[in-house]
Amino acid sequence: MKNIKKFGAVSALSLIIGASAAFAENIKIAFVDPLSGPFATTGTNGAAEWTFAADELVNKAGGVLGGRNFEVVTFDNKMSGKETLIQVQVAIDQGIRFIAQGNSSGIAAAITDAVNKHNKRNPDDRVLFLNYSAVDPALTNEKCNFWHFRFDANADIKMDALTDVMAKDQGLSKVYLIGQDYSFGKAVAAAAERDIAKKRPDVEIVGNELHPIGKVKDFTPYARKIVASGADSVITGNWGSDMVGLGKAIIEAGFEGQIYTYYAASNGITRTFGEDGKGHLNLVHEGKLNPPVSDRASAYIDAFEAKYPDHDISQARIANAVEMLAKAIEVAGTADDVVPIALALEGMEHDSIWGGKVFMRPEDHQAIQDVHIGAHTDENIRHPLDNSAFGLSDDVTVEMASMDSPTTCEMKRP
Amino acid sequence: MDLVLVNLIDGLVFGLLLFMLSSGLTLIFSMMGVLNFAHASFYMLGAYFGYQISTVLGLGFIGGLIVAPVIVGVAGAAIERYGLRRVHQYGHVPELIFTFGLALLIQEMVKLFWGQNQIPYFEPSYLDFALFSVGDNAIKAYKVFMIFISLLIFGGLLYVLTKTRIGMIIQAALSYPQTVEALGHNVPFVFMGVFGVGSALAGIAGVIAGPALGTFPGMAFTLGSIVFVTIVVGGLGSLWGALVASLLIGWMTTFAASYNIEMSSILQGIGFIKPEDLSESAFQDLWTLTLPQIGPILPYLLMVLILVFRPQGLLGKRES
Repeated sequence: MKNIKKFGAVSALSLIIGASAAFAENIKIAFVDPLSGPFATTGTNGAAEWTFAADELVNKAGGVLGGRNFEVVTFDNKMSGKETLIQVQVAIDQGIRFIAQGNSSGIAAAITDAVNKHNKRNPDDRVLFLNYSAVDPALTNEKCNFWHFRFDANADIKMDALTDVMAKDQGLSKVYLIGQDYSFGKAVAAAAERDIAKKRPDVEIVGNELHPIGKVKDFTPYARKIVASGADSVITGNWGSDMVGLGKAIIEAGFEGQIYTYYAASNGITRTFGEDGKGHLNLVHEGKLNPPVSDRASAYIDAFEAKYPDHDISQARIANAVEMLAKAIEVAGTADDVVPIALALEGMEHDSIWGGKVFMRPEDHQAIQDVHIGAHTDENIRHPLDNSAFGLSDDVTVEMASMDSPTTCEMKRP
Repeated sequence: MDLVLVNLIDGLVFGLLLFMLSSGLTLIFSMMGVLNFAHASFYMLGAYFGYQISTVLGLGFIGGLIVAPVIVGVAGAAIERYGLRRVHQYGHVPELIFTFGLALLIQEMVKLFWGQNQIPYFEPSYLDFALFSVGDNAIKAYKVFMIFISLLIFGGLLYVLTKTRIGMIIQAALSYPQTVEALGHNVPFVFMGVFGVGSALAGIAGVIAGPALGTFPGMAFTLGSIVFVTIVVGGLGSLWGALVASLLIGWMTTFAASYNIEMSSILQGIGFIKPEDLSESAFQDLWTLTLPQIGPILPYLLMVLILVFRPQGLLGKRES
């Protein structure tokens, strides 16, 4: 009798737990990026943006599928390919269906490959790869697959937008290309060379060089060369301390033209350039911060800054990724089978919180969106970066950049 | 021609900066026989203390330049007295491991207190202007100031080491520590003093290089290895050797970075024929190499050559 009572109690309890779990089980997103080591700043900033976007844009709005919340689970990949694959496997074993990663295209390539294989072998627990930052064009060209979605504009698209804007400048005559000696630096230089030759054949490329990544102690000699070449514009894909070192040296050497960059903002860079960078530094990116696009966007940024005073909205696309995923899950009516979710994401047109539209191109899963050229300044900055007075003023916009750019992707759908 | 002159000045600035680091390290090495891996960490501490004192405590750049090296020097002396000296009795390997661990510890502490990001440590506004220009290239007053400070320190060191009684004792303690001790001098105290002064020199280098080269947790790592190269090339324990090697490396890296000499033209010059289709060639990387690409590794190449042909270094006296 006693045993039956006990049994009854236990089974009732387990039923309650099971039911409540089924009712409000969180939809988990695995965030796999460096959270320790030299690249931890970017990683922790990304994690903060993901967590905040999930809470603010989805959970506070009532969740998806009638009340299920998004939960961002962070995994530290220590910026190593091997560690990444282990962490991705751990995430999959925990039943997580969505992998978010962005730092380093090399690691993104490893994940897209691993996810593709996993989905082939395990058709019952397939996963999606949400790439929010890795911009190597190959990921949506020869290395593309159905499970990978890129929310950032890739390096070619950014260069296309940048050279569109540069080409309109009639004063432009000499351009200097300099970058870090690895795949991304080379990709930027190649794209710049190609686009400038096509759009402004009269513009001369007076320098095209690569320097060892993270090894240059003093950028002054490079800066001297750039000034001596008579260049009026510099294009660089440098990031981190290589960006700060190069930029500061060029400006200090007396350079009077414009420096076009991919990554010269946030993570201490904006603050370090300060007054010196004004009138020189430009950054090509998606996601407009200044002038503010809407009260909603401003409120979002203010709330983020209040919650994470040491971080910035430096990767605006994360908000798009979260909202688009939520929408796709609603359309698919499931958070477990990723095939209908992926099909819903394909071709999705989304009204971004940052203004404009985001279109997920079905043929290669590359998000097409407005790309801006932001100037580093302290004038009319409503949302500064790095707790400084400076920020990016996005005055030049290329709408739906590279909408009809070609792709070599041959998408295989399940 | 303008560019040559500008590069000479830039190379001199970087070379003298290297000298401030390597002079302390070479003295410490010749005296204690220990390669101090944490030396570049004192340089980093100098920059961070300089920032803290000049901006946060509001003593101005000169305040930082005076106070920060003193703190770093005292910290260095304390580390020698209470850390290194105790480890010393167990031999050189534990000493090496001790300094290596210290370098890691300092790096993590810096990250803990000041964060991962580059901090806004700038040149003082009264030195932040172009003093003169060569062609289109501006030479900032701060660079001239760096040259001035470095030369002042070199002069001071040279005077103390060769013309004063303290210098004589130090020089004697370098080669005959037992005899010096027998004459009644406190040799461990001399060691501690040299370690402290060496650390303080690295601290000065940090204070003045922080604004110019950037102050971030990786700064010790980027400069650390090149400092060892400098003292090996110059000859261990030789102040003049450290100066010559520093300037040599400073000019070498500066000139290498500013002239786009291509490997293909050198190879063709000595009679090789460039393959039509490089993507098929096994030596594709070699053909497309340029001097700026390999510039930063040239000092290491120089070190290997020196070790092979003149193991005691350019101006070193000892064979070991």
